[in-house]
Amino acid sequence: MTFQEKFVLNFIEDNRWRYLVEGLQNTIIITFFALIVGVVLGFTIALIRVTHDRTGKLKILNGIAKLYLTVIRGTPVLIQLMIMYYVVFAPFAGISKIVTAVMAFGINSGAYVAEIFRSGIMSVDNGQMEAGRSLGLNYNKTMWLIVMPQAIKNILPALGNEFITLLKETSVAGYIAIQDLTKGGDIIRSRTYEPFLPLLAVALIYLSVVLVLQAGVNKLERRLGKSDRR
Amino acid sequence: MIDVKNLHKSFGDNEVLRGIDEHIAKGEKVVVIGPSGSGKSTFLRCLNLLEKPTQGEIWFEEQNITDKKTNVDKVRQKMGMVFQHFNLFPHLTVQQNITLAPINLKLQTKQEADANALRLLERIGLADKANSYPNMLSGGQKQRIAIVRALAMNPDVMLFDEPTSALDPEMVGEVLQLMKELANEGMTMVVVTHEMGFAKEVGTRVLFMDEGVIMEQNTPLQLFENPQSTRLKEFLSKVL
Repeated sequence: MTFQEKFVLNFIEDNRWRYLVEGLQNTIIITFFALIVGVVLGFTIALIRVTHDRTGKLKILNGIAKLYLTVIRGTPVLIQLMIMYYVVFAPFAGISKIVTAVMAFGINSGAYVAEIFRSGIMSVDNGQMEAGRSLGLNYNKTMWLIVMPQAIKNILPALGNEFITLLKETSVAGYIAIQDLTKGGDIIRSRTYEPFLPLLAVALIYLSVVLVLQAGVNKLERRLGKSDRR
Repeated sequence: MIDVKNLHKSFGDNEVLRGIDEHIAKGEKVVVIGPSGSGKSTFLRCLNLLEKPTQGEIWFEEQNITDKKTNVDKVRQKMGMVFQHFNLFPHLTVQQNITLAPINLKLQTKQEADANALRLLERIGLADKANSYPNMLSGGQKQRIAIVRALAMNPDVMLFDEPTSALDPEMVGEVLQLMKELANEGMTMVVVTHEMGFAKEVGTRVLFMDEGVIMEQNTPLQLFENPQSTRLKEFLSKVL
């Protein structure tokens, strides 16, 4: 078979390219919403941890947060996904598997994002907090207006890294029979018995999405970095 | 204006302040001197509760600010603080640094705050830096902006924590000059410093702190010319 014939067989015949398009759609939906869940969760956990370490308040919440970090970071995401599907969401059969995946990946990513946020907050000199408080701003306002903007600037590269990791980790969603990008490529292979082209296509699509993500992060980094110029 | 009663502060087992009683009247310029580790910075930071006293009371404008029910944020709005390391907000422009607190605390509208900031910047000759970021400025410029940032809140008292210690020698003068101007306008000031010249020239009273207590205090003239305790004599012989 020539390359052209292989290409036609894998992507054109029976409209097989649609497996990839639909798969990509699901991958992006899962990644996008898991990212939101992860950032919100991670941000909250980081605030609890930092507030506890600095003021000694929120003891119980801090304990829960620590347990969450240990369990989530100590077990494989695939196991978490399957527990979410076969155990946690099992009683709710009507709920879309996409929602299950979003929750599993979001909760997983949240643990990593939490530590990234925490390191960012700790990287901001305590004098910034003191300066804000000495002007009469309360703890929350100082955190929000003064500490967070600087923390986020510092952690942007690490956060971008986590988003890329998250996108690629969703490739195990096929284990709970979600037809994501990886699974889409798999289906084509099982129809055509031709592994190379579908896998290559899947790899290239992941790579392109990562490149777009990276470009976005770089742009944001440049914008937030304008105060660094001397 | 400020009354300190039996103030103690410990960090763990380390007792840094060991009973301070002091009254600071409106319009006074109190200069606090002493060897490092004497507790002078901690004393200053207790006045606006950046450090929480372990024992004792602090009264500010007829209010016990060490009382749990006191709104500390409200109190701090009336006490400006200037730090050794400036602590300007690096992600904000000079003008935003000055207007952030007045606008967010709804004390001034954005227009009022902006106009006020520009007026303050003009006063220190840095109006052209309004839209610069702190990173682009020299240490002296940063500290003068930190001072007017505190002034933008119209405080009743200004606390200075070694404001010139982190500056290159040639920039110390411009900062002290601004502080002198403030003093001449009648601002109540508490200044922790190693600048003995400033203490002599501007201070109405000098406190000498050592080992967590105010060991000796007097007018600058008396304190420097006629020190009583051996500790103060030792200290002065080293720094003068």
